[in-house]
Parts: sequence; C-alpha cells; structure tokens
Amino acid sequence: MRRTVLKSLAAVMAGALFSLPVHAQQPVDVEFYYPVAVGGPITKIIDNMVADFHKENPDINVKPVYAGTYQDSIAKVLTSMKGGQPPQLAVLLSTDMFTLIDEDAVVPIDGLANDAAGKAWLGGFYDAFMQNSRSGGHVWGVPFQRSTIVMYYNKNLFKAAGLDPEHPPATWQELVDASVKLTKKDASGNVTQWGLEIPSGGAFAYWLFQALTTPNNAILMNEAGNQVMLDKPAVVEAAQFWRDLSVKHGAMPSGTIDWGTTPKDFLEKKAAIVWTTTGNLTNIRANADFPFGVAMMPKKVRGGSPTGGGNFYIFKSGTPAQQKAALKFAQWATSPERAADWSIATGYVAVTPAAWETPKMKKYAQEVPAAAVARDQLAVSVAEFSTHENQRVTKVLNDALQAILTGAKPAQQAMTDAQHESDRILRPYR
Amino acid sequence: MARNMKMSDKDAGAAMPRAPASPASAARAMKAVYGWLLLLPALLLLAAFTHYPAIATLWHSFFSTPKGRRPAVFVGLDNYQTMRDDPVFWRALWNNLWFALGTIPTSVALALVMALWVNRNLPGRGFLRLSYFTPTVLPMVAVANIWLFFYTPQYGLIAQVLGIFGLPGVNWLGSRETALPALMLVSVWKEAGFFMIFYLAALQGVSPSLREAAMLEGASRWQYFRRVLWPLLMPTTLFVLINALINAFRLIDHVVVMTRGGPDNASTLLLFYIFQVGFSFWDTAYAATLTVVLLAVLGLAALLKFRWLDKRTHYQ
Repeated sequence: MRRTVLKSLAAVMAGALFSLPVHAQQPVDVEFYYPVAVGGPITKIIDNMVADFHKENPDINVKPVYAGTYQDSIAKVLTSMKGGQPPQLAVLLSTDMFTLIDEDAVVPIDGLANDAAGKAWLGGFYDAFMQNSRSGGHVWGVPFQRSTIVMYYNKNLFKAAGLDPEHPPATWQELVDASVKLTKKDASGNVTQWGLEIPSGGAFAYWLFQALTTPNNAILMNEAGNQVMLDKPAVVEAAQFWRDLSVKHGAMPSGTIDWGTTPKDFLEKKAAIVWTTTGNLTNIRANADFPFGVAMMPKKVRGGSPTGGGNFYIFKSGTPAQQKAALKFAQWATSPERAADWSIATGYVAVTPAAWETPKMKKYAQEVPAAAVARDQLAVSVAEFSTHENQRVTKVLNDALQAILTGAKPAQQAMTDAQHESDRILRPYR
Repeated sequence: MARNMKMSDKDAGAAMPRAPASPASAARAMKAVYGWLLLLPALLLLAAFTHYPAIATLWHSFFSTPKGRRPAVFVGLDNYQTMRDDPVFWRALWNNLWFALGTIPTSVALALVMALWVNRNLPGRGFLRLSYFTPTVLPMVAVANIWLFFYTPQYGLIAQVLGIFGLPGVNWLGSRETALPALMLVSVWKEAGFFMIFYLAALQGVSPSLREAAMLEGASRWQYFRRVLWPLLMPTTLFVLINALINAFRLIDHVVVMTRGGPDNASTLLLFYIFQVGFSFWDTAYAATLTVVLLAVLGLAALLKFRWLDKRTHYQ
C-alpha cells in the first residue's frame, strides 16, 4: 500500500517536472493586482472582464488578485517585490508613479507600445489623466480607473433657501454667498445644517486643496516631481479661503471634516453642498431621497480640479512575453467599448474621448448627466499632487492644511513650513 | 512553565562540562539533550519571531534605506539624528505618554470597581459580568467604527444627546484638543472590561474567612479593602498595569480607523507613526530606528516590573 502511494507520488512529481517546460511555452501567465476603492461588486466585474479577455486571447492567462485598498495594494506590491515574487501587472494610484520609478519596479509603457498603433493608443487618453503618467520623457502608467472632484448639492435645500437649484455656484464669491444662505441655525444658535463641507480629515486633504488652488491658478509641483510650490501667494490665499469658509463666513464646520462621513452628511441633509470624488456618484444616486445636482469646481481665476484614481503599471520583473501580454491586457481594457463598460459599471470617468463616443456611453451620459460633468471638467483639470517620496511630502502638506484648518498655525506660516520640509525631503532628487 | 525552564537550564549547565565517559554522565547528557529538545520549539519560535527581529531592527537602524538600485549603506547614527530633529516623532512620543497616563490609571481603577461590584451576590450578576466584558470580545476595527459614529458631529450619538439639552455639538475627532482624549475614552471603555476579568478571578481566589476575621476584629469595609484585599490583589494589579502599558504603546487600529493620526498629528501614536514611515513612506531604516525607541520603552517597562515592582509585591 505504502509503496504504491510512494510510487504514484513519484510519478506525479516526475510528471510535473517534465510537463512544466511544455506548459510554460504555451500560455503566458500574468499576475494582476488590483485594489477596490469604491462601492459595488468590483471583484466580480474584474473577474468577468478577465474571463472575456481570455476568450479573445486564449494564449494569455491573466490571474486577478484582489489586493485591498490602494494603500494595501502598493504595500503588497512592494513587499512582494522585495520577496522576489512581484506581479506582472497592477492597478495602483497614479500618484504612486515616482515611488515605483524610484524602487526600479516598473517599465515605461512607451518603450513597450513603441509601434504606430501603440503610439496612437497612448495619444488617445485625456491629457488631464496623462499628466500623472509622464515623467522624464516617458509614460509610466495607463489611465484606467480615474476620477476627479465634483460638487454635489441638494436641490431641495437650494429651493428652501431661495436659491436657483439649476444654477449651482460657479465662482468662489457665489459659493460663499450660497453657503452662508444654506447654513441654518436653531433657536439656541446651534447649526443644524451646514452650507458647505470640504473634507479635510484623513489622507485626502491635499487633493481637495488642489480643487481650491487650481481655480486660483496655482500648480503645486513640477512634472519631474522634485519641486513643490507650496508657499506661493496664490496657494496661501487658497488655504486662507478654506479656513475663512468656517471662521469668517461660518458656513462650514470648524476643525477638520472627515472624508468618510462627508457623503453621509450630504445624504442626511446636514450639509447642503459637499465636495467629493466622482467615485461617490453611484453611492449618492442610490441613497439620496432628494433631487441633487452635480457641478464643476467653482472658479476663481479659472476652473479646474485635480484628477485622481488608478493607473495600470507593468513590472520590470516580468519576462518580455509577460510584459507584452500585460500590455495587451491594458490596451484591451482601455479600448473604447471596454472603457465605457467599466465606467458605467463603476462610476469612474471613462478615460478616452473615444469611449464617450460609443453609443452606450452616449446613452449613459444622457441618463446620468452628472457623469458628463466630470468629463467636461477634464478640459481644465490638472495632475494630482505627486512627487518623489510621495506619501511623505503629501503628509507634510496634509499636516500643514490641518494645522491651518484647526487654527494651530496661520496660513502663511504653515505653508512656508511645509515648503521648507518638502524641500528637505526632495533635495536628494534634484 | 517558567520553573520547568529554569530546572532544565540548570541540568544542562551541570551536564555540559563533564565528558560523557561514565554511564551516569551519559545518562545526564541524554537528559540535557532531552531538556533542550523540550525547549526547542519555544526557543525556535522566540528566536525567529522575537529575538531575531529585535536584533535585525537595531542593525538596520544604522543603515540607510535601500531603494531600487541603491543598496543600503552604513550611516552610523544619522537615523537617530533625524529622529532627534523630527517634530512628528516627538509629538507621537508625547501623545503616547499622555495616552498611557490618561488610559492606564482610569481603566485599572474602573476595572477594580466593576470587579468588586459584580463579585457580590446580585440578581443578574452573570448578565452584568457579560456586559462589562463585551467591549473586549468585539473586534477592534468594528469598535472603532461604532465610536466613529458616536463622535460624528451633528447626527452622531453624542451630538444627538447634547442636542437634547440644547448644547452645541463638538467636532470631537476634527479638533486638536479633543481628538486624543476621544481615542483615550474608547481605549478605557475597551480595556476596563478585560482587566475586570483578572480582578474578578483574583477576588474569587480570596478566602471568605479573611473577610469574616476582619469583620470580627471590627474592621470597616474600607479598612478591609485597604489592608487585606488590596495587598492580596497586588500581583493582579501589577500584571494588569504591565499589560495596560504595553497595550497603550501597541494601539494602532483605532488611530487608523478614526483619525489617521490627524488633525495635524494631534492623535498620532508611536506605533502608528512607525507604520506610516515603514509602509507608506517605505523608509524602512527610519522605521527601524523608531522601532528601537518603542522596544526601549517596552523593555524599560519589563525591567521595571521584574527588578523593582516584583520585589514590592506580595505573592501568595
């Protein structure tokens, strides 16, 4: 009995040994890490997508691996790389680009897609999205699940306050006026309804801040990612405006406002206007029991918002065949039809103008005009804040903003301090 | 367990110097081998997951962080200098000390009071004990989320209760002054029930004859507690104190869920900062340096227990 077991075990092992090289020559395996950052059955959508891709490309086996949040995903990718088993393809934050370059983890996409078709494909994305993919004359990431900041407002509360629900505030001045009107107090002077909430807690303060600096015509960092401009007058002015909304105008809660509870505050009618990601659109559409509108960021000198979200990255450690296969999957997933499907299923902004030209996307834009607001804003959108040592510099900026909003430091001093600290961190990269 | 370890250590020490020539010493050597084999599993686990990481951490703290094509180089005390000049580190350390100071005495005192309360013959005693213990069995992240709702301005539980009395709401987690105390409160609520179990077990072990004797001698209830019960509970108090101290420096879940260290580092604790430096900034060398500080603090706590408090504690 035991001998038979051993024999068959040996046979299996020998079989595995001999059959391995044969297998490896046939289909190419591509391990694909992806995060889930918005609501909805994302894992199921990805699984279906991969299955469809396999039907069309039977020689490529994409293995999707759910890797947690964006933070978890980059942590998993980098640790698995240090352990010698990195994936060949991953969706990670567009702002992780410099980190991945510095870790020598990824290959430039333009080096792989170097034929005419590849160049045309890379030229087909919205430039606002590509701004977070370019550095050092190369393209490092393929826009995939991208978002931007928009303004959600409660039309009922607008009507109740005597405002036109079809004309959301389009400038900073209008925003202040509307927010003040929308702020309601009870008999004892306690606020029962805030006019405006711009979330500043957690890790996203810098992102919302860009929705104030961009309209004020300030860009926070250079394309090389080794220089930040945080102490410029326009930037300080934007920070002061943010603080003034609560302290001077009394239209926003003082202290920091939690990122996660902001959509809930909106749904609970405790905030009439909120700024948050387009990624919340599906959630708010499903749960709001009142008519709401979606609008672009109000203008100061110009319009505009930062983009956000995740890009495809192809890893250096893969074999040339794997890198090619990974590229093929990224091209397939961002083709107009597929990008449209993905956008409709998740609420992310479709990444190419061609995707918006597909019949299903046109129909969707008609049914959900809010989705088109994000697209139209792309024309004036800028890159999300991203530098070398990205998380560290981002934290410096977040801390400075929170210090301003909690009244610990005046705006000018906080931003000057943040500039000094960022300069210190970025010096080795110049 | 500890005693067994000590005995086999002694045996091993006695057996080693002698050559295994005579049958008696051969048997002794076998015994030593046997002893070491018994120790081996625990020893391996401790070495692999406690001692090696601790030493590796210390080692890495003297090197730079390897990045892509740049390998780590020896930098001496550079990381420690960075740490000395890092305001966020000092903030995290001070926050952590305040956190320990704010949570430990309160939760221990509360645990003792609750234990004395549920140790008596009350109707529904089992239910009371269970309800005091419930916070401990709940998962940390779930607890943090529940409290996140309590603290939410405007429609959170606390805000609603304040609203009934016409008091203005407070942005508990969004203000520098209240963020850390808000986290402390959650910690006290969670820990007190856990420590209560230890006190309860200790109280059950106290012979009722002591109380009867004290009462016969005319001692008041306070005197009985102060002169009899409290000294008898000292070993438990010591154990609970050490655990509370370790927990205070180990807390990270609540910070991640409730504040992420904000606003402006007002609620950053040491371990959370280490996590951020290590796994967000990927500055592993600096994270190792910070970890050395954490190890030193915890080592100091252990030393305090074994060298000083143990001698002042009466074990039965």
